[in-house]
Amino acid sequence: MTKISPNLVKHMSKLAKIPISEKEEGEFAKGFSKTLDVVDKLFKVDVKNVEPTHQVTGLENVLREDKVDEKKMLSQDQALSNTKKKYNGYFVVDQILAED
Amino acid sequence: MKTNELTLKKAIELLDKKEISLDEIYVDTLAAINEKNKDLNVYLKIDKDALEKAKKESNKPLRGLPIAVKDNFLTIGLATTASSKVLDGFMPPYESTVTKRIKNSGGVVIGKTNMDAWAHGSSTETSDYGPTKNPRNPKYLPGGSSGGSAAAVAADMTIAAIGSETAGSIRQPAAWSGVVGLKPTYGRTSRYGVVAMGSSLDSPGPITKTVEDAAFLLNYIAGQDSNDGTTSSLPIPDCGKDLKKGAKDLKIGICYIDHPNIKATPVAKAVEEAGRVFENLGAKVEQVGISSELEKGKILTHEHAIGVYTVVQRGEVSSNLSRYDGIRYGQDRSHFGHEAKNRIMLGTFSLSKGYSDKYYNFAQKVRSLYIKNFKELFQEYDLLISSPSPSYALPLGSLSDDPMFGELQDMLVEPSSLAGITGISVPCFRDEKTNLYLGLNIMGDYFQEEKVLQAAWAYEQASGWNPWVKI
Amino acid sequence: MKNYQVIIGMETHVQLKTKSGMFCSCKNDPNAEKPNIYTCPVCLGLPGALPVANKQAIEWTIKLGLALGCKINSLSKFDRKHYFYPDLPKGYQISQYDLPFCYQGKVQTSFGPVGITRVHLEEDTGKLIHDTVNGKKVSLIDFNRSGTPLVEIVTEPEIYSSAQAKEYAKRLRQIIRYLDISDCDMESGEMRLEANISLQNIKSQISNNKSNSNDKLPNYKVELKNINSFRYLERGIEYEVERQQEILEKGETPVQETRGFNAEKNITYTQRTKEEAADYRYFPDPDLPPINIDKRWLGEINSSLPETLDGLFKRWQKEYSLKQELVELLFETADESRKLDGLFKQCHKEKLSVEKLVNAMVHKKVKTIEEFKKLTSVDDVSDESLNIIIEKVLKDNQKAVVDYRSGKTNVTNFLVGMVMREAKKKIEFGRLQKLIVDKIKS
Repeated sequence: MTKISPNLVKHMSKLAKIPISEKEEGEFAKGFSKTLDVVDKLFKVDVKNVEPTHQVTGLENVLREDKVDEKKMLSQDQALSNTKKKYNGYFVVDQILAED
Repeated sequence: MKTNELTLKKAIELLDKKEISLDEIYVDTLAAINEKNKDLNVYLKIDKDALEKAKKESNKPLRGLPIAVKDNFLTIGLATTASSKVLDGFMPPYESTVTKRIKNSGGVVIGKTNMDAWAHGSSTETSDYGPTKNPRNPKYLPGGSSGGSAAAVAADMTIAAIGSETAGSIRQPAAWSGVVGLKPTYGRTSRYGVVAMGSSLDSPGPITKTVEDAAFLLNYIAGQDSNDGTTSSLPIPDCGKDLKKGAKDLKIGICYIDHPNIKATPVAKAVEEAGRVFENLGAKVEQVGISSELEKGKILTHEHAIGVYTVVQRGEVSSNLSRYDGIRYGQDRSHFGHEAKNRIMLGTFSLSKGYSDKYYNFAQKVRSLYIKNFKELFQEYDLLISSPSPSYALPLGSLSDDPMFGELQDMLVEPSSLAGITGISVPCFRDEKTNLYLGLNIMGDYFQEEKVLQAAWAYEQASGWNPWVKI
Repeated sequence: MKNYQVIIGMETHVQLKTKSGMFCSCKNDPNAEKPNIYTCPVCLGLPGALPVANKQAIEWTIKLGLALGCKINSLSKFDRKHYFYPDLPKGYQISQYDLPFCYQGKVQTSFGPVGITRVHLEEDTGKLIHDTVNGKKVSLIDFNRSGTPLVEIVTEPEIYSSAQAKEYAKRLRQIIRYLDISDCDMESGEMRLEANISLQNIKSQISNNKSNSNDKLPNYKVELKNINSFRYLERGIEYEVERQQEILEKGETPVQETRGFNAEKNITYTQRTKEEAADYRYFPDPDLPPINIDKRWLGEINSSLPETLDGLFKRWQKEYSLKQELVELLFETADESRKLDGLFKQCHKEKLSVEKLVNAMVHKKVKTIEEFKKLTSVDDVSDESLNIIIEKVLKDNQKAVVDYRSGKTNVTNFLVGMVMREAKKKIEFGRLQKLIVDKIKS
């Protein structure tokens, strides 16, 4: 049985950038343990010499030619149309990494 | 009979004979929406200019008829939220391939339908905009995640609809709402412009009143898309052409019904009865045994699929939802609902250092076993049938605290979804007391939509359970 | 530095100059006039957008790998690398994890070979500009660069001095420019250098020299990031060596961190200390089917490769006695080298000195043989007319002829000058000297 601690949940919430309360930490930990109990039954299956599947229909080499398609491009206005946080054609966030 | 109750094919026929007009269809459909939407909460948005647009399309194959579209398809001019507050008010600057193809073929997106937020669920109860109710009986859930689209069809609030399935999200709500839902093979329909859930699983498809409508609509949305590198280049047959071929001489396997959880339930009985209908149609029907390890001639138990699906889908979800940071569009990450947070964090865990080998990579190996299993079975059988859901629709408020609620609901379709094969759900029983339906899940090999639709059509005609099919 | 040996591994990012993006058909132009004018749903990370890989970018990456002597993975794929940063629109970068296109190559430097661990392909991020808007400190984001094809070249920790690091980086740029897959303009960020620097205690190394040296790498490394000139690379490494040595001599271990280089103050400074090791949660991108580089495709790419740069320099040395240091100043791309090669062939055929031509091209900036001939005026005087002048000069300078015959051969320098003065022309020295000697001996 995989036991998930609130601390591990906290670590995951940091990695996933999902803010959660201390109360939620406990709840999620309980829920995860329950989920993993179901998932862990999987490990009974023998997968020796089995390759993992990442593409179910077996496609390979689906590539595009190096061509510009302006019809697919967005204008600056379109690119910025779904945010209020913009300035002079840029997206804006609170300053992160300040230079020395 | 009101014109909104028409099937897609019948509406086209009557329009062409000039027995009805597009105006009538829109008046009746919008009247049904006005009357029912407040209570059922099927649509999140309605296009007010739909009729105006429709009139310009009357010469195209879909004749300007209204199509309801699940809210995870990006549509220019209609806000797209995937039923999550994170995307509240998001106006897409581009169009999904499926809706673009519908529009190019003369269909009109009449509105966007409710769904489980981010398609995370099987009830449409996890929508940030409130649950949708089942039009067959409003005390019950319509299923999900494409619950809004299934309900729109069931309540004649549209002529046809589009949904998307990751595992069960078309077939299960179609079953619970008493309509037809086709999940195409992975890669048969484009995912471009569909809010991604499980990228290796997602498959858009039609939700319609009849099998014939599903076949017809599929013709206009399927096919390779240069914007989606996982779509197949295989040619698409006209699925409507030989639709009425019948089920004679098909070899059909019945799956999962001898599992202890299903055995002797109304669901198992309905599937067995469906088997007899197929026999009467001249098909050869036999039960396929369940095995816990890969075994020739037997179907690998769906129990493993729950674990595989949970790990793979949560992992992909955590990755796909990383882009929602509130910088370029939408709200920041604190706006995710409980279910999304839950899935994102579990997925993050399953991909994290020290665990990804144990969970993600292991799960993808078991997935290979399911693929192998289906490939072998389809050498033996033309089609496999089972139920898309272990039960009738559940009452409103059933979404318990069980984090595995959705997986338990979808366990009978998860193996086929993981493999990426096609399947259709058609009504196969109606409970007279509750007015609730059961569905029959008819599954076919990769890219065998035509065969699946032919069998589904024959069954629909012979069984008499589809309320839109007069026999 | 008596007690310590610096150990450097380098990671270099190079933008490919494809016409369009790595996974979208946006215009790829590092010199866009305005921010956010070259974006699309894919590189802006809009909901539902899907990547499709650029074939040209893949072929160029493999081409570079081949030029670096790498092995090529016949089955490769793209993976998602997850981290959050405002310039990364999807919350993950599409990169390559365990199956890069190329691995195990080599770059030669005068200090010895530098092993190439891997060459892989990924997408570039957007660009951040730090500014103050309405009194508030903000970061502005421009996504024009987002989705530009970016090749990463990673070396083994086998670079042992700042000078070698600089030479390696220059050499790498030369090879990439030769393949004409990037202009490597460092000012505009088309080539970005990163050095992982640590110091090894020589004594402890000697006492352990029987074991694999990789096992004995120092237990820390400092990442010097976003260096945009070779000089800064060299100076940054030198500063780090001194800084780390001081710390080590105090018996401490330098902090594992990312540092930047401040060119004005000529120092490195802390950018980010890693609280905990990054967890990128790599997994194969389900949107991008795997890439199978079969023999036929690899053969096609291989046959599109130009003559190797090393081979070219050796050949020119052998055929025309050309020094690499000089001739390499005359070209960047293979195309240009082929034109140059044609010029050399013609020059040689006309019995002119290729070496001198190269000299003239480097110093006098002549571009054609005609210009070179004009400069030396060689074409104006035939052997016959020169011989007439020589006869006259020898007659007027009998003493010099006697001196020559008695062994003072350097008197020809004087005679050459006299002939040139008489001819009022600059004539190729060697040719004239030979004509004079022939005349005296005849």
